[in-house]
Amino acid sequence: MPADLTQSSGMVRPVRMGAIMSPWIAYCLATPAILLLALTVIGPIIVMIALSFTNYEFGSLGIQWTGLENYRQLLDDRTFKRALWNTFAYVAMVAPASVLLGLFLAVLIDGLRHGQRFYRLVFFLPVTATVVAMAMVWKYLLHGTIGPFNLLLQSLGLPSLDIFGNRDLALAGLAAINIWSLAGFNMVLFAAGLTGVPEDIYDAAAMDGMESSLDRFLNVTLPLLGPTMLFVVVTSTITAFKVFDTVAVITRGGPRGSTDILLYTTYLEGFSYFRMGSAAAMTVVFLTIMMIFAWIQARVLDHKVHY
Amino acid sequence: MNTPYRCRPAQILSHVVLLFLAFLFLFPFYVMIVTSIRSPQELFVREFRWLPQQFTGLQYYIQAVTDIPALTFLKNGVIVSGGILFVQLLTAIPCAYALAKFQFRGRDLLFAVVLFSLTVPIQAPALPLFLGLSAIGAIDTYFAAMAPFFLSVFAIFLFRQTFRSYPDEIIQAARMDGMSEWAILWTIVVPGCLPSIAAFSVFSVVAHWNDLYWPMVVIRSTELMTPPLGLAVFADSESGANYGALMAMAAILTAPLMVGFLLAQRHFIRGITMTGVK
Amino acid sequence: MTAAVELRNISKSFGETQTLRDVSLSIRPGEFISLVGPSGCGKSTLLRILAGLAPQSSGTISIDGAEVDYLPPSARDIAMVFQSYALYPHMTVGQNIATPLRMRQLPAPARLPVIGRIWPGQSAKRARIEQTVIEAARLVEIEAMLDRKPAALSGGQRQRVALARAIVRRPRVFLMDEPLSNLDARLRVTMRAEIAALHQRLGATFIYVTHDQVEAMTMSDRVAVMMGGEIVQCAAPTELYDNPRDLRVARFVGSPEIATISSDELIAANEGFATLLPHTPVIAAFRPETVSLVPVAGHLEISATLQRVEQLGHEILVFLRLAGGARLTVRAAAANVTLPAAGQRLSVWLPRRTPMLFDADGARIFRARHGEPAHAG
Repeated sequence: MPADLTQSSGMVRPVRMGAIMSPWIAYCLATPAILLLALTVIGPIIVMIALSFTNYEFGSLGIQWTGLENYRQLLDDRTFKRALWNTFAYVAMVAPASVLLGLFLAVLIDGLRHGQRFYRLVFFLPVTATVVAMAMVWKYLLHGTIGPFNLLLQSLGLPSLDIFGNRDLALAGLAAINIWSLAGFNMVLFAAGLTGVPEDIYDAAAMDGMESSLDRFLNVTLPLLGPTMLFVVVTSTITAFKVFDTVAVITRGGPRGSTDILLYTTYLEGFSYFRMGSAAAMTVVFLTIMMIFAWIQARVLDHKVHY
Repeated sequence: MNTPYRCRPAQILSHVVLLFLAFLFLFPFYVMIVTSIRSPQELFVREFRWLPQQFTGLQYYIQAVTDIPALTFLKNGVIVSGGILFVQLLTAIPCAYALAKFQFRGRDLLFAVVLFSLTVPIQAPALPLFLGLSAIGAIDTYFAAMAPFFLSVFAIFLFRQTFRSYPDEIIQAARMDGMSEWAILWTIVVPGCLPSIAAFSVFSVVAHWNDLYWPMVVIRSTELMTPPLGLAVFADSESGANYGALMAMAAILTAPLMVGFLLAQRHFIRGITMTGVK
Repeated sequence: MTAAVELRNISKSFGETQTLRDVSLSIRPGEFISLVGPSGCGKSTLLRILAGLAPQSSGTISIDGAEVDYLPPSARDIAMVFQSYALYPHMTVGQNIATPLRMRQLPAPARLPVIGRIWPGQSAKRARIEQTVIEAARLVEIEAMLDRKPAALSGGQRQRVALARAIVRRPRVFLMDEPLSNLDARLRVTMRAEIAALHQRLGATFIYVTHDQVEAMTMSDRVAVMMGGEIVQCAAPTELYDNPRDLRVARFVGSPEIATISSDELIAANEGFATLLPHTPVIAAFRPETVSLVPVAGHLEISATLQRVEQLGHEILVFLRLAGGARLTVRAAAANVTLPAAGQRLSVWLPRRTPMLFDADGARIFRARHGEPAHAG
């Protein structure tokens, strides 16, 4: 009997999953992943944090421990502060808009008798599309002189807008692209949340006198979507925070720094100017913010079922 | 005959609103396609026309695959995202199996590290990874484009959840039959968990096909560029003048995922939103 | 507060399939009526149409003489209790019960989730609502749980909340859609009595849907048996049991099921039946308590094989099979019966005045006999 064997040997305790096996097999199975985890995630992060306390520049031979100097400089760095500010402004535009649009789409489609599949398909299409390719399209679409959007404005007798050439509009233009590509994603998450709302509840609501869709939405749908809502907000915030592609392809931080965002600035600092030390410090700031979001997300997930 | 008291106007209104939004959402795709078949002169006519006045055929598409190495980009996209997925599955599945079905010293620590790593975006270890890859002279290779993604902690996390719900009795029966753990994993457990593996595969391929950041860091030569990087570099060099070719190329490079999505919508939606739902 | 409900020629089709065929039913004010039938018979659909949750394909509904076909559910002065309770999970018990009143009595802005609470000039109304909620809660004995969320309640308590939510606005008509089927057997019996008592106290019209014939028979003034989208028979419980108009009704009502024997087999078992039955082939049905294990004057003896005996304590059920294959069930007092072993043959006595005959389509055959007038349908 295997059970007797294990008990007499004392090497392996009977285990929870009912698998009474030598742990060596488990170590063998997990080793490749553990090595890669160390080499591609944990190790580099430790090195990155260490780098942030040095003045290392790629290609130079010298490296000096400078303590908190890089962080001190970030505090004075107008470019970095602007990038941080732009990033938050960008998130503040993208997250609420994509969440509300996603919710709006999900609720509207959920109430339909026909065509649900068609609409889901259409609104999810931008999520699948390669961001860089669609960024090209949007760049042309919103082009100051030959872009169809402006031609449309002109044909309506309105003045043309060079969105990505305008300091005040460029960031909002990028945000619009992200809202377009994120709303469908959020729609699907909300749709999943809506399927969890039992049909009977709406019948009861109708009996109880919630005649208008607004009453039903505010008193039933929205409260029941509460947990999904929190989750979608955090996910959208994280996604918006990681914006990079559209900036790199369309505006490159311009015009005049108005679309400098955290990741793009860090990218330039590290891989264009090769100032690894200060780029590492920026990365630490970025990672810290990400960790805070992730922590909130984990809390939200824990409380997902709170009824 | 009674008509239902429930009003139909609400349905119609919903359709009107949704159709309008659908139009807005599809408009960029429409512009992409229609621009890619317009004649060059037409692009600079300062008037918006719904359809090309003069059909240029697939001229820009031919240009995109002959003058610009669009097909090379596609090939690179397949190699890089396929290679990444292959190694991800090969390393994550055994690790997830160990985490799900074995008890060993350090298991909880390993899982905690996995959970922590879930929240780390590629930009965090990017600098040291770049330094390491250039130290071994691997910059500007397929290996450099793939290596950082060889381990997917998300895959480990997801497969662990899936494997945990796989019945122990079947595994025990296979052990009784004298199968090795390796054989049990790949011939018994994995085939039983294919939906979850398929969903992850979609997620992984879409993510790495579309990734611009990392290829931008490590790829220099045109022959190795992935679709997004190739497109971005091409757009630069053309300085935006040749929109027809640019749109044709955007269409070519987006097409594989689009076609995949249209053919297997359910899998795509499940795969892509998996990060959100799980 | 009670009302008559009149259903006239209600039909409902979903595409090709017709779930309700020309259903008509008159319900008296204050009546407790059950719609009972196997699943898929259309009883729940009928209830939902009555509530206004689904539109009928044709036919009209009137409550107290007024047609309500075009009225939304909340304007029909009807309350409904759902099988799944359908409580709002994010609201406390008190808020759940208050919802119908809030929706009716407060102006739109005051109903809004956050702003509503500080909307001015509603405190008198709010106090009155709160008072009504407490009264309704007291009626179903949940006033101690008003601040809890539904998730913290047991199934029976949730059902009480659902009842209170229906009671609170004193509707003229109560609709109940299998309200007890999610409860365990013991609790179901208790709640059955409570709902019946509630009906007594409120005096409103109750329309109760269930698939459980015992539930329907024990609680109702009248029971409407539905089969295949039609009301086959609507009558008082005893009438339904003693005098079913259709073989399906006869089979559905009563447990154990009524025994059916074809006239040929009956005559083969005892020639004496030949003169008592019509010449065309019919089906005779015997309730278990009409069959006797001991000789009775005026009964006819037949022979059967003992299949199985169920001891119920105060009585026994004896399951038999005739030579021709028909099954027969006998209900008898537990005392003073000695039975042979299973598989052995024994004699039983069937009443000579055959209680019920049905034709090949299952329709009841009423015959003029012993001075009874002939009537059909």
